[in-house]
Amino acid sequence: MTWIFLLSGIFLGWSLGANDGANIFGTAVGTKMVRFRTAAWVAAAFVVIGAVAGAHGTTKTLGRLGAIDAPAGAFVVALAAGLAVVLFLARNSLPVSISQSIVGAIVGWNLFTGRPTDLVTLTTLLSSWFVSPALSGAVAAVLFVAARAAIPRLKIHLLEVDVWMRAGLIVVGAFAAFSLGQNAIANVMGVFVRVSPFPETVSLGPFRATSVEMLFFLGGLAIAAGIVTYSERIMRRLGSGLTSLSPLGALIVVFAASTSLFLFGSAALQDFLKAHALPGWPLVPVSGSQAIVGAILGISLVRRSGIRYRVLVNIAIGWVAAPLAALIFTVVGLFVFQNVFQLPVSSTSQRRPAAASVAPPPVR
Amino acid sequence: MTLLFRRTRALEAQIDELLNAISEGTLVFQQGIADYLKKDDERFQQHLKAIAEFESKADSLRREIETRLYRESLIPDHRGDVLGLLENIDNVIDEAKKTLNQFSVERPDVPEDLASDYLDLAKAGVESAQHLVSAVRAFFRDITAVPDHIHKVYFYEKEADRLADRLKRKIFSMDLDLARKIHLRYFCLHVETLSDRAEDVADRLAIYTIKRTI
Repeated sequence: MTWIFLLSGIFLGWSLGANDGANIFGTAVGTKMVRFRTAAWVAAAFVVIGAVAGAHGTTKTLGRLGAIDAPAGAFVVALAAGLAVVLFLARNSLPVSISQSIVGAIVGWNLFTGRPTDLVTLTTLLSSWFVSPALSGAVAAVLFVAARAAIPRLKIHLLEVDVWMRAGLIVVGAFAAFSLGQNAIANVMGVFVRVSPFPETVSLGPFRATSVEMLFFLGGLAIAAGIVTYSERIMRRLGSGLTSLSPLGALIVVFAASTSLFLFGSAALQDFLKAHALPGWPLVPVSGSQAIVGAILGISLVRRSGIRYRVLVNIAIGWVAAPLAALIFTVVGLFVFQNVFQLPVSSTSQRRPAAASVAPPPVR
Repeated sequence: MTLLFRRTRALEAQIDELLNAISEGTLVFQQGIADYLKKDDERFQQHLKAIAEFESKADSLRREIETRLYRESLIPDHRGDVLGLLENIDNVIDEAKKTLNQFSVERPDVPEDLASDYLDLAKAGVESAQHLVSAVRAFFRDITAVPDHIHKVYFYEKEADRLADRLKRKIFSMDLDLARKIHLRYFCLHVETLSDRAEDVADRLAIYTIKRTI
């Protein structure tokens, strides 16, 4: 049964891969700097590596927000988060993100099951939604100014710049895919950690993997499948219409956005900073799409090419609308699962015996 | 790394070869005019043949470069500009060849008093073409140096305008048949066109350079 519940997480991973894969290589493929097949396989490989090897910092943060401990509960939370995104993306083209809807869905589960919501973790998550695009915008702006000053001084032939740019787009795309896998795996599989259907340890020849690693590997594969099977059409649209970025602009935007995803997702970096008594920051899943929009805005500011404030307003609407919708979907979904399908949605909720509801009152 | 740049280096060499052909072709044009004015027909015919070869070489190189840029999807964001640039710079050597050919066909009877004026006009046109070639090379390798060359193209174009105006006034102040005067003015216009073509390309190049630096 738990395996079936995992399907919602796999679907979530697949849709995340289709959208965020397009963010990573969109301009590179749209402008024909990189072939789709190359882009898709590089992204797929590194997203799986990031998901499995990138430690579990962001998952722990989501776990602190709500410790979902029943498979049906996890299924509803993941499904509601996915539905909220699909609904807003499809209907209004708002840049909403699974990173945000999952928070609403978990809070919805807390409300439904009467568990307390850790307000410190919630505040941390909410502030990261603002900090992440702002950080990638700042990184993009600095890099853009530096590149604009440095490239002409290097006196490299225009055609050689092109070769470097193609190689750079692939390397940065691989880094972006790694960061995405590391950061977003919490969104996809985080809610299933406590209800993983995998055995405690799995041995495959010389390799040994824990239950959580297997879960994340599966989630990584789902994201990779989304990239390989469905991101192409979104990439072509990104590269040719919605954004008019040059390959250099794309390189900087993707690098800046993945820096933001990496910083908010890397437990290894966090451990390193702690070991050297340096200040750290919370590990939270942040939106890849919004980090990209932040980076594009950063470059627009430097180029003084004008900012479409509507984009900023849409992001802010997404911050409220996506979690709210996910919260409502979760509460409704949990109600249906508990009362119609009679499945426990948390370890403390009781499966109501079918007979109890129709039992006659005791005769006195 | 060598493998990565092998195809690019071959294309770079072709672009350099094209620019060399245009540069040498315009120098041959100047020598051709000088020999015509000196009435050294044998050498003039040699130059006429040489410029035709340079023009044909430039044409085939340009087509090859354009095909490769598209076939290999190179420099997607600057491809249109580079193609525009190469096609227009090719017009410069086309113009030089056409003018030299007109001398061969129509054989204008240039009075000895005007020979140095025609030669000065041709030299100004060739200077502007030479600086244009340097500007295009800089566009590929050293974008910051492009404006230095472009302003020299404009300088020699203005110089050519001034010399052409002086030459036309001189022609019409001389005691010659009106038909001959018109014929001589017609050749003055032909020689002057070389610098105008160079100026057209420099105008485009100035815009492409701004596009690359923002």
